Amino acid sequence: MRKRNGFLTAGLVLTCLLAALILLGFFWTPWDPNAMAAGPKFDGPSLAHWMGTDNFGRDIFSRVLKGAGATASIALATLAIGAVCGCLIGALTGYFGGPVDEGLMRLNDALTAFPSILLALVVISILEPGKKRNVIIALGLVFIPSFARVTRTAFASLRDVNYVKSARLLGASSARILAVHMLPNILPVLLPALTIGFNNAVLAEASMSFLGIGVTPPDASLGYMLSEAQGMLFAAPWYAGGTGLVIVLLVFSVGLLGEGLRRRDKGVL
Amino acid sequence: MKYVLKRVLAGLATMLIVSFLTFAAFSLISGDAATAMLGTSATPERLAALRAELGLDRPLPVRYGEWLAGFFTGDLGVSTSYRQPVWDILAPKFRLTLCLSLLSFLLIGLVSIPLGLLSAGRQRLEGARTALNQLGMAVPPFFTGILLSWVFGVGLKWFTPGQFPDGRKDFAGAAAYLLFAAVALSIPRIAMTARMLRSTVQEELGRDYVRTAISRGSDRRTVLRRHVLKNALPPVVTFLAQTMAEIVAGSIVVEQVFVIPGLGQMLVTSISNRDYPVVQAIVVILALWVVLAGTAADLINARIDPRLRLGGAS
Repeated sequence: MRKRNGFLTAGLVLTCLLAALILLGFFWTPWDPNAMAAGPKFDGPSLAHWMGTDNFGRDIFSRVLKGAGATASIALATLAIGAVCGCLIGALTGYFGGPVDEGLMRLNDALTAFPSILLALVVISILEPGKKRNVIIALGLVFIPSFARVTRTAFASLRDVNYVKSARLLGASSARILAVHMLPNILPVLLPALTIGFNNAVLAEASMSFLGIGVTPPDASLGYMLSEAQGMLFAAPWYAGGTGLVIVLLVFSVGLLGEGLRRRDKGVL
Repeated sequence: MKYVLKRVLAGLATMLIVSFLTFAAFSLISGDAATAMLGTSATPERLAALRAELGLDRPLPVRYGEWLAGFFTGDLGVSTSYRQPVWDILAPKFRLTLCLSLLSFLLIGLVSIPLGLLSAGRQRLEGARTALNQLGMAVPPFFTGILLSWVFGVGLKWFTPGQFPDGRKDFAGAAAYLLFAAVALSIPRIAMTARMLRSTVQEELGRDYVRTAISRGSDRRTVLRRHVLKNALPPVVTFLAQTMAEIVAGSIVVEQVFVIPGLGQMLVTSISNRDYPVVQAIVVILALWVVLAGTAADLINARIDPRLRLGGAS
């Protein structure tokens, strides 16, 4: 009899709810997020303005929805760069091995020793700070090594498994073996890694934007809004509260999802 | 002994490579430094003169050699936006960041190690504890920082957010201020370290030698302390070294939240100002810190577990 995996269920439900809300935010928000004086200035949370209003009387909930959309889309784009490049490197080095593998992994070890925010700051200061595209490139590059390491181990462990050998004997090409036979079998490793990567990307982007060298207006993300909110902590503490809560909720939900995925793979419930 | 020497040499080599890569990367763009100082309307002659003054007109390896020699004698070049020696600007900030980092590290160790050990091998409320752990990891330090300044600064008036007391005049005030920042910085890492320790100890507890020891009549506490901890420690030490590195990166953000004039804040300002000598110096200092922590962890592990001295060559 299978025991219920509470983490997977809770994580899936929360993540889907948040994703739906964020998607909705792209098309519709309760108020125009940029409309000045949608309500009184510095108005506390109410039925009309769930998270209150800011110094221009803008509706904070609408702004947070938009901001969450920006944060999530940047995190996904970052994740796409990191995961695709990392997986490719991991697959090739893990499957073929050899001196290239050895060298790349040494480089990888050196890179993963460095905190991702520090690396991203270096890359962004070499590119140009304040541009959305550069933030995505910087963070994407920074996340490649960790994905390469995780997938390399997974691919290497499948290299001499019987079904891979059989496929090779049947004359399947390396590309086919990697994509058709091995990739589905590393998913139990890859999926939790993707959730962790997403969370790291959200937190890293938020930190950078908070510092003012990530994304800047007009496409403000949650991090930038939080730094704005800090300046109004006296007058409108709900601004910081609401924005921060959304970040926490987003990372928490995806974290639960990752924990659930890990447990399903391990069979620990 | 041979292992120690090898490890220290490897650490030194990594530092050299890292510093060279940083130097090269910033040199690629520091042609802009002259333009940044004079503006785009400057004449080519004035630009060339300033580049010569800053030493930007000579080949890369020569400049790296000079910079490296300067690094060891405390000469890190001149800031382009402050027109002051970089080391004079950074020295007091470095001390401050060091204090903040060590304080956070202490906090993480003191809280997470007992937490991880106590929770290992116990099944009660396991789900709730894991959920709490996930929540701890989900709270970004800058949000905790803002919450702390709202509750203890704006509400209880225990400290004034944004006004870091001068440590020489008001030592207790400065220490308390740093402590709040350290708490904000530590929470996610405490959650991560406790989780890591718990799973490592859990794994060790399932091994045969533990069952043997317990069936021979040793009590659980002794087994945990005498046998399990020794085996579970090396990965945790490595993780703590990584934590040391992450703390320094995290301090960049936390210093911004609490307006602490440390290295992190300087880094952010200098990136915005395109003040490359300063950015480069800070990046290299932080990189050295990371390598140093990693090397120290390896040496400690070799002390704890002699097997590592034979196997781990790198």
